[in-house]
Amino acid sequence: MAAAYGYFPGCSLRGTGVAYEESMLTLFRLLDLPLAELENWNCCGATSYMSIDERSAFVLSSRNLALAHEAKHRDLIAPCSACYLVLRKTQDYIQRYPRIAREVGVSVDHGNLRVLNQIRVRHPMEVLYADVGPDRIRKKVTRHWHGGMVACYYGCQMVRPYAEADRTHDPTRMDELLAAVDVPTVRYSLKTKCCGGSLMGTTHEIGVRLNYILLKEAARKGAQAIATACPLCQFNLDACQREIRRESGERFDIPILFFTQILGWSLGGDVRSLGLRRSISGRKTIEQWFAEAPARKETYV
Amino acid sequence: MMERKLKFQREADPVWARRISDRPGCEGVSSCLQCGACSGACPLSIYMDYSPRRIIALVREGFRKDALSSKTIWLCASCYSCAVHCPRQIHVTDLMYSLKREAIQQRLYPRRFPVPVLAQEFFRMVRRQGRSSEFWLILRTALRSNPLILLGMMRIGWDLLRTGRFTLRRERIADAASLSRRLGGPEVA
Repeated sequence: MAAAYGYFPGCSLRGTGVAYEESMLTLFRLLDLPLAELENWNCCGATSYMSIDERSAFVLSSRNLALAHEAKHRDLIAPCSACYLVLRKTQDYIQRYPRIAREVGVSVDHGNLRVLNQIRVRHPMEVLYADVGPDRIRKKVTRHWHGGMVACYYGCQMVRPYAEADRTHDPTRMDELLAAVDVPTVRYSLKTKCCGGSLMGTTHEIGVRLNYILLKEAARKGAQAIATACPLCQFNLDACQREIRRESGERFDIPILFFTQILGWSLGGDVRSLGLRRSISGRKTIEQWFAEAPARKETYV
Repeated sequence: MMERKLKFQREADPVWARRISDRPGCEGVSSCLQCGACSGACPLSIYMDYSPRRIIALVREGFRKDALSSKTIWLCASCYSCAVHCPRQIHVTDLMYSLKREAIQQRLYPRRFPVPVLAQEFFRMVRRQGRSSEFWLILRTALRSNPLILLGMMRIGWDLLRTGRFTLRRERIADAASLSRRLGGPEVA
């Protein structure tokens, strides 16, 4: 068995994004990829910590990198796009700014922070694409897809500066992974437009509006579900649909899935271990698409 | 209140403006072309009081107070769309972060605007416990900014509880006190 990947869950995967963790662990198990969770990891700081203090924001991430280094991980998987970006941004700043490296080094007892920069912080989508590959995933398919068209929504932070999970302006790896398990995807032009992140909880109306645009465009392209790769994107798109229905009368009831749920299902995972009952919107569609024995459509030739 | 369009030279702080580009991440500000690619790429710019391009213009001329007390810097969701579209590779998002930090230090952020309240509550929670707990974060932010929004959130809160996605447990790491000491940082309101 290969050396285990270090695994950094992040706070969201222990809360609103629990289905992401469940489905990712199931998928990695089905692919025989061992994961070892960082012991006693701390919050990455997300987007808010950096808004208050710079030095300690980098200390937070450096502590996690130091834990990964002590556990001798070469790769550290961060499924949440915010964690992924923040960890990589920390490495970038430590490398480019000696003053920050000095100040941070004192606080994490790591005289030489450069060793922390050797850890490869990776997004699971990129790990699945580069280390496993669509071809090997295709060979492991045990279930035929009988769901509908899916829009792959990459969100913002996994394809922005510091990140290299995919191409910045036109990422395609999630589409390619889903194609490997025969899931049809639409050309989704808003695939890297931001969902607003935590604005849904602060300036609620703006958050709803951003997500309305994302849902509307996906529906217009004929998608019956949206696949995401970030707990915040999934939460925002999932949680706002009822409100949009109530306020505008426009009927969205679209399942917002994690790409790991779709891949895990095709590779034989079950509804429970993939967290498929944790969605708020599109529950009926999810029940139909992810039924153990699908009702066969009668065809008359 | 209508935004005041007229600005006078004596209100500007040119020394502050010159020192902006010394900050990590803000180096390119002086090379901005004012092309507006950042504002065009920004999904939030239509909700902002100043577009990102105008914030850069204000900063370069030294209109410190206008930039620091704007809502713009707090509406920035850190999606980095501006940064990847800028023809001069200016890290606009990092400039926004730098302005947010200064606005907190100088207490110039818009009071009761929920975004800086959330940022401070989040900072406090993570520094004390090492992790964030979504339920308590939202509750505290609402109580300190606008408690009425809790009413609108009851339904979604119930949905999250029902699907096992909201826990009332407070997440905490084992050596939270030691981490807290190492983090230090400013006192927040």
